Amino acid sequence: MDAELLSQILFSAIKTGTPLLLIALGEVICEKSGVLNLGQEGMMLMGAVVGFLAAYSSGSVGLGVLGAIIIGMFMSLIFAFLVLHLGANQVATGLALTIFGTGLSAFVGSDVVGQTIQGFQPIIIPVLSDIPFIGRILFTHDLLVYVSFALAALVSYVATKTRIGLIIKAVGENPHAANAIGIKVLKVRYLAIMFGGGMAGLSGAYMSLVYTPMWIENMTSGRGWIALALVVFASWRVGRIMLGAYLFGLASIMHLVLQGMGWSISPNLLAMLPYVATVVVMVIISADHFKEKLLAPRSLGKPFDPRQMA
Amino acid sequence: MIRIQARVEQSTLMKIASPILAIILTLIFSSVLFSTLGKDPIQAMHVLLIAPLSDLYNIGEMFVKMGPLLLCAVGLSLCYRANLWNIGAEGQLLMGALGGGAAALALIDSTSIFALPIAILCGVVSGMVWAAFPTYLKLKFNSNLILTTIMFNYIALYLLLWAVHGPLRDPDGYGFPESALFSDAVTLPVLFEDGRIHLGIVLAIISAFAAWILLNKSHIGFQIRVFGEDEPAARYAGFNGKKLSWTVMLIAGGLAGLAGVAEVTGPIGQLIPSISPGYGYSAIIVAYLGRLHPLGALLSATFMAVLYMGGDLAQIEIGVPTAVVGMFQGVLLFFLLACDFFIRYRLTFISNQPIQE
Repeated sequence: MDAELLSQILFSAIKTGTPLLLIALGEVICEKSGVLNLGQEGMMLMGAVVGFLAAYSSGSVGLGVLGAIIIGMFMSLIFAFLVLHLGANQVATGLALTIFGTGLSAFVGSDVVGQTIQGFQPIIIPVLSDIPFIGRILFTHDLLVYVSFALAALVSYVATKTRIGLIIKAVGENPHAANAIGIKVLKVRYLAIMFGGGMAGLSGAYMSLVYTPMWIENMTSGRGWIALALVVFASWRVGRIMLGAYLFGLASIMHLVLQGMGWSISPNLLAMLPYVATVVVMVIISADHFKEKLLAPRSLGKPFDPRQMA
Repeated sequence: MIRIQARVEQSTLMKIASPILAIILTLIFSSVLFSTLGKDPIQAMHVLLIAPLSDLYNIGEMFVKMGPLLLCAVGLSLCYRANLWNIGAEGQLLMGALGGGAAALALIDSTSIFALPIAILCGVVSGMVWAAFPTYLKLKFNSNLILTTIMFNYIALYLLLWAVHGPLRDPDGYGFPESALFSDAVTLPVLFEDGRIHLGIVLAIISAFAAWILLNKSHIGFQIRVFGEDEPAARYAGFNGKKLSWTVMLIAGGLAGLAGVAEVTGPIGQLIPSISPGYGYSAIIVAYLGRLHPLGALLSATFMAVLYMGGDLAQIEIGVPTAVVGMFQGVLLFFLLACDFFIRYRLTFISNQPIQE
């Protein structure tokens, strides 16, 4: 394989991995605060459709992104209210959010299915893009890919080096202790869930404004679920999430790679690859039960009810 | 002043009232939504809920949709009772359709009376196999059942697409991604002259009653209930969790597989790319709405089937996209989860006046 083809493949792997990276960055913060939100797919679809509608009607992709983030946050607020205030089961509520988002996005987007818009254009960064091999892979993307690099760095920094990160961790590891030292557990969880929602919305906008600049029902095809697996795979660490997202990106474009190399395998069989890869990865990771228990936020998925404290 | 107070015991009344309340709230929500869309809400409600039951043909179609929903929901109810988060009914249904459909195609020249039972058996077994993978991975490698079952849904979908585009495509089908039509010997008999009500629906209703008997009158059912409510107690009692997980997951997979094979050997009559309009996912809501009770699922599957029918009619008659049904399903589950709050809590009214000394 020549260097030209390889750099093209890696470039596409980053592009394809970016929506996974964005949504997983949101989910990791949410999970670090002890909340498992299975509504990722629904929030992402809503972000995709609202982002597309906003960009389509206003002609501005920037407004599209903004709309996507806002709707993602709004969707996550429904989830937050149900699980934090009404103590609803996180798994069931997350599923409801995904079903609701899937249906609602298909409903509001039914008029614009198949319409196209002018999405984000690539920004070739001068000088850096001239670096042989790496320049092409890293610095000839669109704006949102660069934003995702910055967000990954920011989330990593905030989660590990700041007071905010420590508070989120405290709430996720032991909400009762956090509550005892005066941290508002529910407030922290609300904000963490909303951050997750905003990132899911942004990730959806990436799908409908950059990746394939159009809206199609169910266009995220399970990426929200793969992102959930990715967070476990990365054992809640941002650097590994980034690596994992690009690996899954690579798995998703393998059919193009193999076709380019002259193999003829049914595209439908190759389309299974990311899902099969997810299963394989999960088996490898979770087989080490002890390690997973050690690394997962300890209160993950468990409700915290301040009423029971009084 | 209104205060929220924890109940000493869970309210049985609210357990039953909550789904009804959730349905009423969803209907109010949808009326408001239709009004804001400029549709007459009363007409919309009529199309959505009454019209599907207005004549015999529509009632028949309602039953055709109720069958697969019920089969999947009965299996899921058992799983969720045992705290097994199986989201894989959709994939198990598709594999049932694929496995059963492949058998039906292999038996296309057969006139034997055993052809149909063999095809159905292949469908059921295919669904069980598809449930067995995630179960094995969970029990052996402790992998997350929710995520693996979801992934297997996608894998099943692509397997089906591969099959109808490739090996099982009708050679005389002008290149359409469809199999040949099944012969009469491998088609489920229709119960009434007009309409499409087939034997599969009878099997679905029987399965609901069988699951109810299993859950309430058998030792396995007792174990399922104990495991769901108090896992440490179940382990202390020496119940075999692995065996139970296998039993419940295989039942659920088999029922979903039956739903799939009944669809292709019944109303559809061949393998096509789109076999299920998300029955396996809707069945999650059906199971919850039916309070994870097999007979409750019978009622909620009927309601959900009416909603599916109503969605189809709404598109034709008032120009609302069918996707509105998916949204209502999500709203319904939200309201249900919210109403369930009052199973564990109640509102108490406290006088604001200071107590006289």
